[in-house]
Amino acid sequence: MSANEMKSASRDTAKVMNRSDLTRRLVAKLNQEEAVIGGIGNTHFDLWASGQRPQNFYMLGSMGLAAPIAFGVAMAQPERQVFALEGDGSLLMQLGALGTIAAANQKNLAIIVFDNGVYQITGSQPTLTSYGTDLVAVAKGTGLAQSTWAADEAHFEQLVDRALKEDGPWFIATRTDDKPPAGVTERDAAKIRGRFMQGLGVTK
Amino acid sequence: MSVANAARTPPEAWDAIVVQVLKENQVKLITYVPDKVLAPLIKRLHADDYFTVICPAREEEAVGIVTGAYMAGLRGIVLMQTSGFATLPNVLASLAVPCQIPLLMMISERGALGDFQLGQAIVCRTMRPVLATLGIEHYAITRTEDVEFIVDRMIKQAFATQAPAAIILSPLLTNTKKK
Ligand SMILES: Cc1ncc(C[n+]2csc(CCOP(=O)(O)OP(=O)(O)O)c2C)c(N)n1
Repeated sequence: MSANEMKSASRDTAKVMNRSDLTRRLVAKLNQEEAVIGGIGNTHFDLWASGQRPQNFYMLGSMGLAAPIAFGVAMAQPERQVFALEGDGSLLMQLGALGTIAAANQKNLAIIVFDNGVYQITGSQPTLTSYGTDLVAVAKGTGLAQSTWAADEAHFEQLVDRALKEDGPWFIATRTDDKPPAGVTERDAAKIRGRFMQGLGVTK
Repeated sequence: MSVANAARTPPEAWDAIVVQVLKENQVKLITYVPDKVLAPLIKRLHADDYFTVICPAREEEAVGIVTGAYMAGLRGIVLMQTSGFATLPNVLASLAVPCQIPLLMMISERGALGDFQLGQAIVCRTMRPVLATLGIEHYAITRTEDVEFIVDRMIKQAFATQAPAAIILSPLLTNTKKK
């Protein structure tokens, strides 16, 4: 699909969708053992709830590091497509990481941000995106040229399809609602790491 | 090499030895936030095709990158100065330690032994207490003749025990103007 067939949206016109639903739509498209790194906040809870693929990594504690971890995975295994899932609050804490990924031009990497405008897990205090920070504009400004707001669910799926087929790095931003996550991740960090390494074929 | 020749060869610089030991241990991914003392090492690493060298915006980011790379089968290291290390307790305590990541750190020790920069001096005092509290193996290298042994053994132990390791470069090693 060419770029001009794609819809476009701004933060104001993008449909407010559901994080759990979008996560399930993403995961449903993964049939090549793609890696998915879920960031802190409710992001990794919904990744967990979407089915515990061995190629999922649930990042429990370090705000903003889903994208850097995904970037490390992508560099180590350039044949594997890698997705980082981040909340807006987390991403705002580590905006430099977007520039690092843009500078490296990491082709097998896509960052998906769930912008609910709040730090939902700590009591829904508003983040800077509620006051006008546009994460797609930020991403473009760091050099991530392929950065887009998903207009609606169908557009989100088109963007994921493109990320699976064409060279990245991709930055896909979504507006999401205030619904709670669909599950809760089991918090055993060493087990999460061990399973992930098996899922990536690094250990038996 | 004959003994006579060896005697005439100047001793290898610490940074050249580090490059060699990293290669011998297949540590290919280098991440760093710059430091003046590390500059000659960084220059050598950039010049060598064996290494992939990334300079992210923050040391925390570097820890994330090296962690991801390790889990996907690529060995890496984070190079930083003491001020950079002082930004890391959260990521060490929430990611590297609980996930049992053999995260290699090489820290140039600034602020010690007469360093006149106030910020560096006070920040430096936080490093060893943090490392000790988190139970992270650390060792300061003070002499060129120890570089190969300490760097090599600390890397091997980190991977064998699935634990982070902090290799500290003392000004006794890196300050060439000291004598
Ligand atoms: C460095 C740091 N500061 C604060 C926290 C507390 N904290 C944990 S999750 C979170 C909010 C995450 O927000 P976001 O990424 O937008 O995800 P959401 O909760 O909306 O799903 C905060 C502030 C933390 N874990 N680490």
